[in-house]
Amino acid sequence: MPTTLAPVSIAELTEVAKRVRAHIVQMVFDAQSGHPGGSLSAVELGVALFWNHLRCDPANPEWPDRDRFILSKGHATPFYYGLLAERGYFSPELLRGFRTLGSPLQGHPSMGAVPGIEMSSGSLGQGLSFAIGHALSGQLDGRDFRCWVMMGDGELNEGQVWEAAQAVPHFGLGDRVIAMVDRNGIQNDGFGDDIMKINPPEMWRGFGWHVIECDGHDMAAVDQALAEAERSHDRPRVVVAHTVKGRGVNYMENNPSFHGKAPTREQLEDALAQIAGGLK
Amino acid sequence: MTAAAAPAAATREAYPVALAELVEQGVDVVALDADLSASTMGYQFGAKYPERWHSVGIAEANMVGIAAGYAATGKTAFVASFASFLPGRCFDQLRTSVAQPKGGLNVKCVASHGGVTVGEDGASAQAIEDLALITSLIPFDVVVPADFESAKQAIVAVGKTTRPAYVRTGRPKIPALYDAAYRFELGKANVLRAGSDVTLIACGILVQAAVDAAELLAGQGISARVIDMATIKPIDRDSVLAAARETGAIVTAEEHQTHGGLGTAVARVLAETLPTPISFVGVDRYGTSGKWDELLKYFELTPDRLVAAAKDVIARKR
Repeated sequence: MPTTLAPVSIAELTEVAKRVRAHIVQMVFDAQSGHPGGSLSAVELGVALFWNHLRCDPANPEWPDRDRFILSKGHATPFYYGLLAERGYFSPELLRGFRTLGSPLQGHPSMGAVPGIEMSSGSLGQGLSFAIGHALSGQLDGRDFRCWVMMGDGELNEGQVWEAAQAVPHFGLGDRVIAMVDRNGIQNDGFGDDIMKINPPEMWRGFGWHVIECDGHDMAAVDQALAEAERSHDRPRVVVAHTVKGRGVNYMENNPSFHGKAPTREQLEDALAQIAGGLK
Repeated sequence: MTAAAAPAAATREAYPVALAELVEQGVDVVALDADLSASTMGYQFGAKYPERWHSVGIAEANMVGIAAGYAATGKTAFVASFASFLPGRCFDQLRTSVAQPKGGLNVKCVASHGGVTVGEDGASAQAIEDLALITSLIPFDVVVPADFESAKQAIVAVGKTTRPAYVRTGRPKIPALYDAAYRFELGKANVLRAGSDVTLIACGILVQAAVDAAELLAGQGISARVIDMATIKPIDRDSVLAAARETGAIVTAEEHQTHGGLGTAVARVLAETLPTPISFVGVDRYGTSGKWDELLKYFELTPDRLVAAAKDVIARKR
């Protein structure tokens, strides 16, 4: 098992991102439920991470030295399952059962249901704490894996995030725990600025973190930001990716109603055509 | 099986002793505290095994999440706090991060200062809901030991399973009921006294009250069986049903509200299989400050109350 990854080109990553986006809209259409908006916003972060930064072996998902990817914003399962399938953790065929009785692909991730799911999530705010436990265990056992935690910006409303944020520098886990925030500006009830206006970079800095901001849909910029997050620093690193909810499908972009709504058949066909054409 | 000669000790004092015993037996234990380690006694384990213990500050939700992450890597992860905060401040974390994944991650809660005998701190610190909350989490074993020896053995016993568990300990130093010859068995009741007219089923500090009540009842010609039902979940159905068949009347006693704790668990067994008159002794109002033994009287968690409950339930026998 390689401990460093052979870098994949931005052009290739961009093609993978198209396939993940297509999975997202198809799965939500098939299920006629799910969360497309916050899935589409996370695609570049997830693809750049899984292909160029996360040391993993889909054929050996329990490898003890693997890097962990912890999806704390658990509603983004269309993104997560699409990503795992594309990366080879399980067959894309399985995606067709999303959110249906008998499928392991529940609406929110269930740890162990399919390879690659490190944590049960869905109740927001819990992923960073879980990652700290993994990281402390790695420290105790002399393993050097990293834990990458993906959170939403609305999720940062949850107090537990900040309990965990203060603990990462306290325990000296900056080289073991890396946080990522999908800053798409929309949460369940609407625009974050109306619901609970926050300033994530300032908040993280206040808790002792080094903040790396990037355009979350510029694959090269995301790839660079993740590379910077891997480099040692006297503070733990958080990547705040500025994203657009629903990115890649024009009628979903920046549209709060597609936080948790499925497209119609016509909308699906439109979405798939737009996705095939790439981000505009 | 009794050991009146052993010195009084608090059940919470058993926690670090049991953790060290688990480590010495090769269990890969880690333990976390949330700024109450001087009270949960977790600091003593931390002093002995600093690499296996962390203080997370006053942050119970984060503590449980960290423990879940630890458990996901194969560790046996203990968390400790007051029973008013654990599970009260971290119930959702116990549910989503511990109880649900893979049928339950290997996280053990040892909640000290259970019940009203926390004493002077008053109502906010007096946990009378913790058992109701924690028994609702499907994979959890739930144990309320009656003295130091049984607490030590109970913590060791849950530490050897891979299921999540909750052990409730107490603040005051209380007389020993058991000596080292006692063998605690998870899920098994212990009959402390034989009896044929009524059965007193108790847990925690009220086991001693039940023993004392049985003595008082004997003086009045009533033969009371006494059961230490340390494990509330899974409850020892056979022991409950034998008591129902053989004595025909049940009193439960717990330092907890009568909803959702020991009494509820016993009543369910009876209702399903052998409906039997039952009387519940517990705490159904919020507390106040006082010395722990004063509070036991204030809340009528006393042998006299158990005697009255026994007579009431005997009168209701069919």
